[in-house]
Amino acid sequence: MRYNAFNIFKEGLTGNKGWRPAWREPEPKPEYDMIIIGGGGHGLATAYYLAKNHGLKNIAVLEKGHIGSGNIGRNTTIVRANYFLPGNSEFYSHSLKLWETLETELNYNVMHSQRGVINLFHSDGQRDTFARRGNMMINQGDDAELLTKEAVREELPYLDFDNGRFPIYGGLFHKRGGTARHDAVAWGYARAADQLGVDLIQKCEVTGIDVLGGVVKGVQTSRGPIRAKKVGIVVAGRSSQVAEMAGLKVPIESHVLQAFVTEGLKPAIDHVVTFGMGHFYISQSDKGGLVFGGDLDSYASYAQRGNLPMMEHVMEAGMALMPAIGKAKVLRSWGGIVDMTPDGSFIIDKTEIENLYMDCGWCYGGFKAVPASGWCMAHLMAEDQPHEVAKRHTFERFKTGCGIMDEEGTGSQHNLH
Amino acid sequence: MRINCPLCGHRDIREFYYLGAEDYLVRPAEGDLEATHEYLHVRKNPDGLTKDVWQHEAGCRAWLLVERNTATHEVLTVELIKPKKDILL
Ligand SMILES: Cc1cc2nc3c(=O)[nH]c(=O)nc-3n(C[C@H](O)[C@H](O)[C@H](O)COP(=O)(O)OP(=O)(O)OC[C@H]3O[C@@H](n4cnc5c(N)ncnc54)[C@H](O)[C@@H]3O)c2cc1C
Ligand SMILES: [Zn+2]
Repeated sequence: MRYNAFNIFKEGLTGNKGWRPAWREPEPKPEYDMIIIGGGGHGLATAYYLAKNHGLKNIAVLEKGHIGSGNIGRNTTIVRANYFLPGNSEFYSHSLKLWETLETELNYNVMHSQRGVINLFHSDGQRDTFARRGNMMINQGDDAELLTKEAVREELPYLDFDNGRFPIYGGLFHKRGGTARHDAVAWGYARAADQLGVDLIQKCEVTGIDVLGGVVKGVQTSRGPIRAKKVGIVVAGRSSQVAEMAGLKVPIESHVLQAFVTEGLKPAIDHVVTFGMGHFYISQSDKGGLVFGGDLDSYASYAQRGNLPMMEHVMEAGMALMPAIGKAKVLRSWGGIVDMTPDGSFIIDKTEIENLYMDCGWCYGGFKAVPASGWCMAHLMAEDQPHEVAKRHTFERFKTGCGIMDEEGTGSQHNLH
Repeated sequence: MRINCPLCGHRDIREFYYLGAEDYLVRPAEGDLEATHEYLHVRKNPDGLTKDVWQHEAGCRAWLLVERNTATHEVLTVELIKPKKDILL
């Protein structure tokens, strides 16, 4: 059933009895042409574009829990294209363009809201760096505007501009940046993929990968073995475990990233505001909760919860930036397992095993990447060639040191991003 | 999380700096690119028991080998790492 205003009106008048489940719950078939391991945002988008862009029919997504139970439902939903380095620039630019038409494409309201992202700066040196980043964004064809302190004050009057340690000098304004409803992105891709015939198989944990003579043949799962011509591993924080099933070791270390949400408040924060010097960023959800977060806890972890020192640090940074939020009560906090690469940029590549592909290393920033990642991973799996905007994102770059994409300029080492 | 430093006793995690997996304790031979790549980047990244290298940065500054569980944050054993010429600490 198509979702549209007429159907909502009709269902409203007829007791909402006509709505059907958004996707089927098929039994796994014995064999597929393409198997995607992982039903997060990236896995679902990959399956959708395999069917949509490449006309493939016999595709399954295997998800060990339920659709949306991973990081796709745990992130702070920021969508932006303000990257600096070649490789990341064109990829995230492509992704933002896909976001801008995603709702029509999927016939699903993902609540994409281009409310603007403002990155604050606090010194002359930082202003220069941000001006340079803004120029890179403009060169890429995206939007960026350097705001003076007074211009920031007009947009964000509630900040503490004269903070003793980090006085606000201005901000880099990316108007096309914003947020989206994270679960809806998973559900929208799931429904659209299902309608193109993709089998979404939930509660199906992959427990082994069958390889014969260097070629992938299928997978072992909690619901029995399934043969496949090609397999894509798209499991974010669990990349090391699933790669190990095929005897592969990857340049990934899984860390915990926490986030926080307050009780619902009246509209107060219109944009996404980032305070890099304090490792703090914030936006307000459509329900009214202030959604905010900070940096990684910075040690390897699969606990899906963090420790108190990082919580305290995030609260302190928030108070330093906008003292008014001290009156809001934090309702919930949580953590997600993020797949960190040494340089902080992702990998979409073939593996040493024929017909086995990986899409991983999303670190703390893979939500905004969902459309382009699916697009490029589908291209790689269908054509056996990297897509133009993702061709720099290889495993090889770590081995050779050539083409490292270290956006922060801190060094290519796991604990530095 | 608290780490039981052999020199200072149980201390809050905020006093410690995390370097990474114990792979850092075996420095590859100079010029061996494959081994250097493994040493710097490739990780076992276990969900469960692991050993990693920490420094009691805001305490005695000793380097420590910490055995812990990445799924529960439980810290099991902590040993001093003896400085050696061929490790980068
Ligand atoms: C707190 C937090 C805040 C974040 N904020 C942002 C943000 O503001 N903006 C942004 O761009 N990014 C953000 N991110 C990052 C983003 O959420 C992730 O990079 C992205 O969601 C990861 O890709 P995914 O959606 O495919 O992952 P997931 O949803 O984690 O999908 C992976 C799936 O694989 C499944 N799986 C694992 N192992 C197996 C197996 N053996 N068999 C079958 N299935 C398996 C898992 O159950 C899971 O559903 C944030 C992350 C966190 C934790
Ligand atoms: Zn000590």
